[in-house]
Amino acid sequence: MSGGFTTGGVAHAPSRTVRTVILGLVGLIFAVPIVAMIEFTLRAGLVGGYNVDRWVALFQSGFTGVYRPVLIALGNSVALAIGTVVIVLLLLVPTMLLVHIRFPRLRRTLEFICILPITIPAIVLVVGLAPVYAIVARLLGSGVWTLAFAYGITVLPFAYRAIQSNLDGVDVKTLTEAARTLGAGWGSVLLRILVPNLRRGILAGAFIAVAVVLGEFTIASLLNRVNLQTALVVVSKVDPYTAVILSLLALAFAFVLLLVIGRLGAPRTRLSRTRPSLTGSSRTRTNVKGPA
Amino acid sequence: MISQQPTQTRPGTVVEFTGVVKEFAGMRALNGFDLTLRAGEFVALLGPSGSGKTTALRVLAGLESTDAGTITIDGVDVSDLSTSKRDMGMVFQSYSLFPHLSAGENVEFGLRMRKIKPAERRRRAAAALAMVGLEDHFDRFAHQLSGGQQQRVALARALVTEPRVLLLDEPLSALDAKVRVQLRDEIRRIQTELGITTLFVTHDQDEALAVADRVAVMRAGNIEQVGTPEELYSRPATPFIADFVGLSNRISGIVRNAQVDVYGTLLPVIDPATPDGPAHVSIRPEDIEFAEAGLAATVIASSFLGSLRRTTVRLADGSTVFLQHGVRVHPVTGESVFLKFSGAPVSTEPVSSTSGVLKPA
Amino acid sequence: MLLFLAVPTLIAIGTGFFDKSGAPTLATVAALGDPVVLTTFFNSFWLSALTAVVGAVVGAIVCYALLGTRPDGPLRTTIDSLSGVLAQFGGVMLAFAFVATIGIQGMVTLYLRDTFGINIFENGVWLYSTPGLILPYIYFQVPLMIITFMPALQALKPQWAEANATLGGSTASYWLRIAFPVLAPSFIGSLLLLFANAFSSYATAAALVSQGSQIVPLQIRAALTSETLLGRENLAGALALGMILVMAVVMVAYSALQSRAARWQR
Repeated sequence: MSGGFTTGGVAHAPSRTVRTVILGLVGLIFAVPIVAMIEFTLRAGLVGGYNVDRWVALFQSGFTGVYRPVLIALGNSVALAIGTVVIVLLLLVPTMLLVHIRFPRLRRTLEFICILPITIPAIVLVVGLAPVYAIVARLLGSGVWTLAFAYGITVLPFAYRAIQSNLDGVDVKTLTEAARTLGAGWGSVLLRILVPNLRRGILAGAFIAVAVVLGEFTIASLLNRVNLQTALVVVSKVDPYTAVILSLLALAFAFVLLLVIGRLGAPRTRLSRTRPSLTGSSRTRTNVKGPA
Repeated sequence: MISQQPTQTRPGTVVEFTGVVKEFAGMRALNGFDLTLRAGEFVALLGPSGSGKTTALRVLAGLESTDAGTITIDGVDVSDLSTSKRDMGMVFQSYSLFPHLSAGENVEFGLRMRKIKPAERRRRAAAALAMVGLEDHFDRFAHQLSGGQQQRVALARALVTEPRVLLLDEPLSALDAKVRVQLRDEIRRIQTELGITTLFVTHDQDEALAVADRVAVMRAGNIEQVGTPEELYSRPATPFIADFVGLSNRISGIVRNAQVDVYGTLLPVIDPATPDGPAHVSIRPEDIEFAEAGLAATVIASSFLGSLRRTTVRLADGSTVFLQHGVRVHPVTGESVFLKFSGAPVSTEPVSSTSGVLKPA
Repeated sequence: MLLFLAVPTLIAIGTGFFDKSGAPTLATVAALGDPVVLTTFFNSFWLSALTAVVGAVVGAIVCYALLGTRPDGPLRTTIDSLSGVLAQFGGVMLAFAFVATIGIQGMVTLYLRDTFGINIFENGVWLYSTPGLILPYIYFQVPLMIITFMPALQALKPQWAEANATLGGSTASYWLRIAFPVLAPSFIGSLLLLFANAFSSYATAAALVSQGSQIVPLQIRAALTSETLLGRENLAGALALGMILVMAVVMVAYSALQSRAARWQR
């Protein structure tokens, strides 16, 4: 009688049926390639039929032999991810706090600089990075870890957004002043007051950085470094089945990682743990546009 | 039902709720709700959050469906009428102005929906804005207006279509104290001028008492008492009303023959049907006075409130009461004083009964 | 920061203006006018535009379907995470997924062939050229739209719909006169973001297309790996310059849009 108005408070929301139809349809279409990947890995050679031999073989071999390069590449990617996170957080968190507390006028500038990398395609960055890395290689050697600097730039917008949205919800200035009046030095203010309060944003930023670095292909590929993605392409040329299995595993891993970020973003009050709030929450928006 | 005549008033609209029930996920927001709004009357629905007052208003607007009972407007059942056909003006708590339209365009919206010609639309919107004192703000957007101005525009938007009923859903609660009082008086002025039947939901007793012809106090999905502000204040049917409308002390007493014995003083009981026995008694602070002799007490604290002074004292049995008196009397903390009761009728509630019991008004 | 962002960008733009001996020249920039280069820019442009429009529309519909669900409920958390994976992490792996789906031996290819006798590659194998990029690109554009557009849709206030109804408006008038105009700036902003995203995307194309350079990022790859392409030096720099120009236009359009919308926004 009331013209399709729901009682949930969102007057313009679709009905349950409409929602189910839309989500079901889109979900079904989007499931096809994933299902196709799984189907592909289960194919039992030219004779037809399905089995799980390839999965078993991959796990039994313990990534030795042919798959060894993938394992090394995974190691590289993880090391890069850790390196990138450390570099970005060590530089970004103190800078952001300093700007937030002492130089609020610089905030727009900092935001602009941090978001800027998003507008520069990775492929363009590579063109300019090639000569830079020629010099870097001479000074620091050509270790894979040197890519962490370039990755630091590419994850900057993601990390910035995650930390900033947390920062917006915390009254950093008052907390700092309160701690200062209680006799805390700047060091303990940072470590005992600010970092614990920004834990969610920092963790979310770190996780999204890990996801971005593990998924990065462009820069590594064109600078001839080996990481997980470039190794996958190499493997796919030799053994497409294994490449697809590894891709599925990587996608599943990334999904779980982002799910954890989502959980981190959820409000952590005692109330919400026992009874989820109906009114929505200030989830940490960690997802920014990224190169696919 | 949309009048095209230039009449400013639409007197004669009567709204009647009869036994309205509304459930949300098993919780009864309205539990057999009855209320009649007389023609041109300004009725305030007052109650704590969760008492069902907003639900009652939304049900009348058609924004929520009913599970049982009927709602009639001018004797016609509107249960099957959609919101857009009910011809109501509604002002929301906040943020209800369309952000992409100017103040004037917001006011014009309802006229546009009624297919009124642009020239007339603009003229009527300008007149409505002038009525709320914002004739110079036609082209401003919501974010360029203060909270009070936004609510004035919302009021103009609700009234410009000359609706049958005006619904006000806590329109003042998001505003500063000073603006709140200003706008509240202005709403009353405009309502009186137009003579439009109005339902006003609020949790602020001062607001309700100041503007309404009648106040209906709600509790647990039903009306506990309805009456003029004076009636509610001077003859609260229950201690819940006494507590919610104005300030009051809660003291123990014993009811006997429609009188209650409070520290040796017999006071008349408002509800003569109150059973004999121990009871909670609600006494207004202005109904307790300092005296030469009587109930002995010690002053704990006294605060200056401008036109009056409020003093808290401790009685011999350890309980505390507060009283209001003129500013010339200036009790000192620790001072020994005597109290007496003015003898005004009080509301009582048997000690055995829980405070959640519902009593019809 | 300076070393790894400003310097590379400047080098990328700068190299376009110098020949190999370091003397300034406009010859490489002139390569942007070469018909082959123009074709790749055109390919990149329509691929990005098409997938951005489809992605934006489908993504917005999904966002609409998600209205009224709890933002911290399991459905939303799952969809958010899935969208994040597909929009930001996919790249190379999406290429594999589509090879497995509509490749020559792909599941859907074989199914259509065996069940309906339809050969989707009747006119040649298109998966490994520009048309083949459309489906994988849409596959990461839709999730990106969900991520970027959902907050805007979420910000629609229920009071607006209720005010519309009490003022005599219908559901249609709510969407046409209120929701669409309010959402338009966010929608077009997201659309431009999707365009930029597709335009600069490299990984999926690189993993899928191994021969030829039909889109700009692939041409940069070719230019980087073989300096002799088109017989011009530092072509990669010129192409990078071209890409930055396109991105700059998109960003200018984006900020122009924002300031226009700012008439009624903060």
